[in-house]
Amino acid sequence: MESLYAITTGVMSACGLFLILRGRTFPVVVGLTLLSYAVNLFLFSMGGLTTDGAVILDGFADYADPLPQALVLTAIVIGFAMTAFVVILAMRARGDLGNDHVDGRQTDDSREEHR
Amino acid sequence: MSQHLIILPILLPLIAGIVLLRTRAGSSRHKRLMSALATILLIAVAVALTTTASSGEVTYYALGDWRPPFGIVLVLDRLSALMVLLTAILALGCVIYACAGVDEEGSNFHGLFQLQLMGINGAFLTGDLFNLFVFFEVLLLASYALLMHGGGKGRIQAGLHYVVLNLAGSSLFLIAVGVLYGATGTLNMADMAVRLSDIDPERTGLVRAGALLLLVVFGLKAAILPLYFWLPRAYAAAPAPVAALFAIMTKVGIYAILRVYHLVFGDHAGSLSAPDQPWIWWLSLATLTMAATGVLAARDLRLLIAYLVLVSVGTLLAGIGMRTPDATQALLYYLIHTTLVTGGLFLLAEMIGIQRGKAGTRLVKGRPMHHANLLAGLFFLGAVAIAGLPPLSGAIGKVLILQSAGPDQQLWLWPILLLSGLCALIALSRAGSTLFWRGQDGTPGHTHVSRCQWFGVVWLLAASPLIVVFAGPINDYTAATAEQLATPETHIRALLPDKGDES
Repeated sequence: MESLYAITTGVMSACGLFLILRGRTFPVVVGLTLLSYAVNLFLFSMGGLTTDGAVILDGFADYADPLPQALVLTAIVIGFAMTAFVVILAMRARGDLGNDHVDGRQTDDSREEHR
Repeated sequence: MSQHLIILPILLPLIAGIVLLRTRAGSSRHKRLMSALATILLIAVAVALTTTASSGEVTYYALGDWRPPFGIVLVLDRLSALMVLLTAILALGCVIYACAGVDEEGSNFHGLFQLQLMGINGAFLTGDLFNLFVFFEVLLLASYALLMHGGGKGRIQAGLHYVVLNLAGSSLFLIAVGVLYGATGTLNMADMAVRLSDIDPERTGLVRAGALLLLVVFGLKAAILPLYFWLPRAYAAAPAPVAALFAIMTKVGIYAILRVYHLVFGDHAGSLSAPDQPWIWWLSLATLTMAATGVLAARDLRLLIAYLVLVSVGTLLAGIGMRTPDATQALLYYLIHTTLVTGGLFLLAEMIGIQRGKAGTRLVKGRPMHHANLLAGLFFLGAVAIAGLPPLSGAIGKVLILQSAGPDQQLWLWPILLLSGLCALIALSRAGSTLFWRGQDGTPGHTHVSRCQWFGVVWLLAASPLIVVFAGPINDYTAATAEQLATPETHIRALLPDKGDES
């Protein structure tokens, strides 16, 4: 299970990073979202992966670390707010600058069309 | 009451911010009065905190009365008290300046401003790594909105870069926090320091990776060389009071580096102590060089000041890179000076820009100004202070930093720091003579300068001579702060009485 979990997180953050480096705002926003998903998964696993463990600390038996879950909850809320903000910002930039490039310029358009 | 004093710098702006957002349709006079009052109260609280902290005792506030390391704590020591006080003083100048009309260009200026203050104060006071992340997010979210206050193409464009970069930075921060939590099993910084001293050798690689990831995040906030490219454009585009408040934002990064790498990765951590040092030293020198080039190349007064912020960041990081109590003491003195003076210069730049009408802050010929003599005098004062010429505070700060360098560090630091000062001097004198002397034809416009604007600029720039006059007491305080930072044992013992002795 650990390797599956690690591969999932890794692939997700790689995709997120790739998209963040794109030139248009929409892929960048999607990339940020993917990256934040990957980070949430990663945080969630930091207490160690426990299956069939009790949620509550009962002393000796097998239990799951509750703290990462609290952290993930905080991170999800913050990430959600940030995504909403960056979507609105991207739309505003599209409206004000007249195109959806992160630099606000359409310099390499002709090249992209040929591709 | 006094036991709750530590949380007031967070609660006060929070409540003021909420009330200001609630009454967003109210008259601007009430909002201005309230925002200014809240900031003045914040100064009073910060002064009280500094008095408490100057006794050298480390006090903490356990929220919900959960003892550390289990609960969330706010920790007050000399460094955090100093930073909170500095923020409050800077914020008062910015708020009063904004009352002259900038706050009406968009909506909710004062509410967001107070929330940003809450985030900054929280970041300075928290003793918990995850809460550091949360407060970083609070201050960033407020700063995103403030940066774009008033709108306009330049601001949206700079804002987009700033937001995307910082969101990616937040992800890195979370990964770093996760790694450190996974390796040590705690988020409380003092507790983490204790656990690092006898950590399983298998996990040192993991901890080192987490520590260096944190350095990337803090470096993005502080604007170290490969991570600073967002700064000049964002600072030059932001409204003046916001840009002035942002002068403290890079210092939040500096503070975080100082705090984390002294407390958590101090000498007690064995092979893990100071993983940042080789990086910071060389990167700081590179930052200084690039920033000095940028200062020379800038064709706009605000861009020029933004690059001066970078010069000061490079200087401060060089102080951190030396990692001796002397260097820390020197950099803290320089930090007070540079925060207030760059804040004042940002405000002054906008006043000059408004007076020049169409030419704005670009360094070209423009129309003559009203109050040209006064503005020129203030510009001269600010320029002398920031370029580091005697007799103002910049000179003392730089001399302290130069003196604290060891023999082999002097070889690199002295020429680079002095040459960057020379670059700043050339660029500022060129800017000043273009703005105030070069062939000014036409008639001055009918722009009104309000008393609020004068107050904001004078409040911040007057700090420079005052820092010189009170250099003795300030230096004593920063020396004690540096010593407190160098001995994290007292900090740990105050928070965790039963564990402090082991480390």
